[in-house]
Amino acid sequence: MTLVPPFESVAVGDVLAPITQTIDRARLVRYAGASSDFNKIHWSESAAAAVGLPGILAHGMLNMALAGRVVTDWVKDPGAVREFGTRFTRPVYVPDDAEGATVEFTGVVSALDPEARTAKVDVTAKFNGQTILGRARATVQLS
Amino acid sequence: MPVDPTWVGKPFPYPMSYIVGVEKIRNFAEAIGDDNPIYWDREAARAAGHADLVAPPTFGVSIITRAQDEVLFNPALGLDYSRVVHGDQRFVLRRPIVAGDELFCTFFVDSVRMVQGNEFLGLRTEMADPVGEPVGTVFGTLVVRGPDK
Repeated sequence: MTLVPPFESVAVGDVLAPITQTIDRARLVRYAGASSDFNKIHWSESAAAAVGLPGILAHGMLNMALAGRVVTDWVKDPGAVREFGTRFTRPVYVPDDAEGATVEFTGVVSALDPEARTAKVDVTAKFNGQTILGRARATVQLS
Repeated sequence: MPVDPTWVGKPFPYPMSYIVGVEKIRNFAEAIGDDNPIYWDREAARAAGHADLVAPPTFGVSIITRAQDEVLFNPALGLDYSRVVHGDQRFVLRRPIVAGDELFCTFFVDSVRMVQGNEFLGLRTEMADPVGEPVGTVFGTLVVRGPDK
């Protein structure tokens, strides 16, 4: 049985449930292992400093993966996501403390294709009030 | 040193396949704090019409890593990774990727262009199943920052 919302139940402008995510150093380590992205700038202060960065920053791909949750939380079945793309416009610096960095994600249905029964969802990600992703957009196959 | 333009457009098929693992999907879901049952519960995934757990939308980045790194870290390409910034990323799937899938990756440098002193590399990896049926494409752009002024 499909979990995905029917095409007829969705309208352009529908607002998806927002999520707030905390990114701390532990999460960076976990994501590095899960994604096989072991670039040192995401866990070594000296490696980050050596390339001129002021601190450790989150993987852009982690920010993107978290943005994807707004979409998959909505469609319920992640198998409905046909396309997902973004530009990386600003870094998220992650301090070595208990709070980490807090990123807020929101999403809205921006277009519908009645023939293909697909929806486009635009996701906005904000850290310290500034967007960190550009043109983050997913195409999902509705039921 | 700029990237060698003669590498543009050449297919780099990676000889080793990537087999999507149940625990790898769960690890990825854990890293993004996602308790969606389709990432965790094989019965729930099957009830939703999938053969097994479904990989998250950006999971493809793990699948293509070895195929991509093999080329990007080949010194002959001339890429200075210490100056690289990730510009963009896009995943296009013809069908969901599920645990148990065996995927073969072919990597391409689609384009190299200079914009205001920075070099933009357009990358693409095609993922196919063992009989050569296309499963999806992963696109990315790397930006190599020009020399500091």
